[in-house]
Amino acid sequence: MNINLIPLHELPIGHSGKVKKLTANGCCRRRLLDLGIIIDTTIKPLKESPAGDPISYAIRGAVIALRQEESCKILVESL
Amino acid sequence: MGLTNQSTGTGALKEMFEVQLESPDDIIIALAGNPNTGKSTVFNSLTGLNQHTGNWPGKTVTNAQGKYTYEDKKYILVDLPGTYSLLASSVEEQVARDFILFGNPHATVVVLDATCLERNLNLALQILEITDKVVVCVNLLDEARRKKINVDLKKLSKHLGVPVIGTSARNGKGLDDLKEAVRKVAQGEINSEPVKIKYNHQLKKTIQEIELEMKRIVGNKLNYEWAALRLVDGDDMLLESMNDYLKFDLRKDELLQNKLSDAQIIFKETNIDINDLRDYIVSDIVKTAETISSQVVTYENKMYNQLDRKIDSYLTSRTFGIPIMLGLLGIIFWLTIEGSNIPSALLANGLFWIEDHLTALFIWIGAPDWVHGILVLGMYRTLAWVVSVMLPPMAIFFPLFTLLEDLGYLPRVAFNLDHFFKKACAHGKQALTMCMGFGCNAAGVVACRIIDSPRERLIATITNNFVPCNGRFPTLIALSTIFIAGAAGGFSSVIATLAVLGTIVLGIVITLFISKLLSKTLLKGLPSSFTLELPPYRKPQVGRIIIHSIFDRTLFVLGRAAAVAAPAGLVIWLMANIIIGDASILTHCALFLDPFAKLIGLDGYILMAFILGLPANEIVIPILIMGYMSKGALLELGSLNQMKQLFVNNGWTPLTAVCTMLFALNHWPCGTTLWTIRKETQSLKWTWLSFIVPTVTGIVVCFIVAQGARLIGIV
Repeated sequence: MNINLIPLHELPIGHSGKVKKLTANGCCRRRLLDLGIIIDTTIKPLKESPAGDPISYAIRGAVIALRQEESCKILVESL
Repeated sequence: MGLTNQSTGTGALKEMFEVQLESPDDIIIALAGNPNTGKSTVFNSLTGLNQHTGNWPGKTVTNAQGKYTYEDKKYILVDLPGTYSLLASSVEEQVARDFILFGNPHATVVVLDATCLERNLNLALQILEITDKVVVCVNLLDEARRKKINVDLKKLSKHLGVPVIGTSARNGKGLDDLKEAVRKVAQGEINSEPVKIKYNHQLKKTIQEIELEMKRIVGNKLNYEWAALRLVDGDDMLLESMNDYLKFDLRKDELLQNKLSDAQIIFKETNIDINDLRDYIVSDIVKTAETISSQVVTYENKMYNQLDRKIDSYLTSRTFGIPIMLGLLGIIFWLTIEGSNIPSALLANGLFWIEDHLTALFIWIGAPDWVHGILVLGMYRTLAWVVSVMLPPMAIFFPLFTLLEDLGYLPRVAFNLDHFFKKACAHGKQALTMCMGFGCNAAGVVACRIIDSPRERLIATITNNFVPCNGRFPTLIALSTIFIAGAAGGFSSVIATLAVLGTIVLGIVITLFISKLLSKTLLKGLPSSFTLELPPYRKPQVGRIIIHSIFDRTLFVLGRAAAVAAPAGLVIWLMANIIIGDASILTHCALFLDPFAKLIGLDGYILMAFILGLPANEIVIPILIMGYMSKGALLELGSLNQMKQLFVNNGWTPLTAVCTMLFALNHWPCGTTLWTIRKETQSLKWTWLSFIVPTVTGIVVCFIVAQGARLIGIV
């Protein structure tokens, strides 16, 4: 595995990242794929919720909130 | 606990899509689209129906079929559940896909959001794979224009190979063009050539032989290439549906099964596992969407959603997010309480003036006393009370709440509260279904369909009743106005607001607590995966909101209350006037309930009002008033002050008011809600549990408060 990959939730707010690997399985993986989260998709963390989790992300023109349970399964390369 | 699809609503969901044709000439149109694309608005504008719409995902709850006539033909429009995809195998997606595939629609309209075209194209492309009778409707063009996003519709149509119509359904723009395009496609006047997705070469080669087998079996009934791909992907739900449709078990076709196993072996040899397969399929669709979108959408202003982000930074702020949320709710309640005083009094005066004249009329025609009693004192008076107490608050509350919905605020509430729901091992979207419960718990229960996991859906269903619906708001508002705020003088409406707000916060806390309790006991499990879309804020259409919420919600709720209140008034009048032994039936019942009711801070009449209020919570207060009045304490009521006097004369203290409010918040769901839960869960057991959980909670909470207050000696 590439050493530069970090889980999505560790990406600083406002810094874009490129999806390089999905480690989610089953239903969760399908849901992420359906939102257009595939390899090489650019994602930008937009805002933390008041409790810090979930975080909202800009994904293909939409704003999607993900809990840490899901976002940690999306490995990105910081851009 | 047997949480099968059967027990959690697939059956109920499928039922709604059975189309009854009135004549063989009728044309069936399926309406598909992502959540939150204004699909319901398109539906409403086409059919003139007032289905509930709002700016948050998963809103289509009362699943609807509507009709419209165009050029002498009748079109039956079927509003499918909003989905992001047809692949993810949730119940909604299965239902939507099966309807398009097997429901024989003459055409399918796919509604896309012009401001988020790329993501929306994903679904459109998947639909184009399974049917070529498609009209693509690019909606929210007005929003796109405002954000300076241009969509080249002609080019899009060329790329997709089907007609593309631009609309702003909220303003009624483009709908005639849409109807015309639908007509042409449905009647076969347009030969569409839908775009084909170019799937991974290796994948295509491997499944080639499966495609041939599928072609042999399904002929031209289905797109066999697509069906082959789905079978390789292990889509068992589709397999079942296809078997039903073809009346043939594909699993028993040996040739096909052999080819399928061959493919599995090849995948194994080339190290492709089921996840990779799915990735290939989805990636190819998503990339096609990306390519098309990049060619048809141009942004004049790259920062088009800057304003949305700015608003989000306040509304979901770490420090201010939750206070702003409570503040907004507070303002709504305050406006409701403050604003409805005068119209309420006016209405009451007017309606009771009519009652006097009705009485005069009855005397003049010489009607017997009991006829006057039943019709005027029983039915009319109860009705008058329901109208004068409930109409003004609802006419203020609903438009305001709808405004928040229309702006797109509710998903932000879910975003702010999600952490708490996660801690309660519940689904984040439960915050949305909870908000929906503020409108109507039955609607909230139906909204629970947006939660995929059966366990979490049940938790959301059972706990939905802990937020007060608008049938209960008038009770809470009236009691807090007269008892809690009564002593506060100048700031009375502020105090009343705080009391109502406090009740709601308590309701949310109880919701979380019970959710947690259920996840640790009866419905054990971990929170499932959760994604929540935060849609763009939209400029609300104030005029439309007012009309919509008054006609659609206010009059609906009022109508329901009146329909139940009138006969209930009759029953109560009879109970109050039929004397057995030394007292009326009503008094006997109240006396019987009294000892227990006193334990939890109520009295026999209050508890009986709640019991008789089972058909609709709206009538609890009217029943209570009738109960007290039947004892001859007061003959006529005209204002909240007189209502207070009546209650005080019957032994009410502020503690009684608090306990009544708490019990209004926590008791059995109304008849409609219970019936809906039964229908949604397909299970008597869960319906009973939904009855018992809030009831026990209410008894416990009221007992603690009443006994606690007595112990400390407050009362």
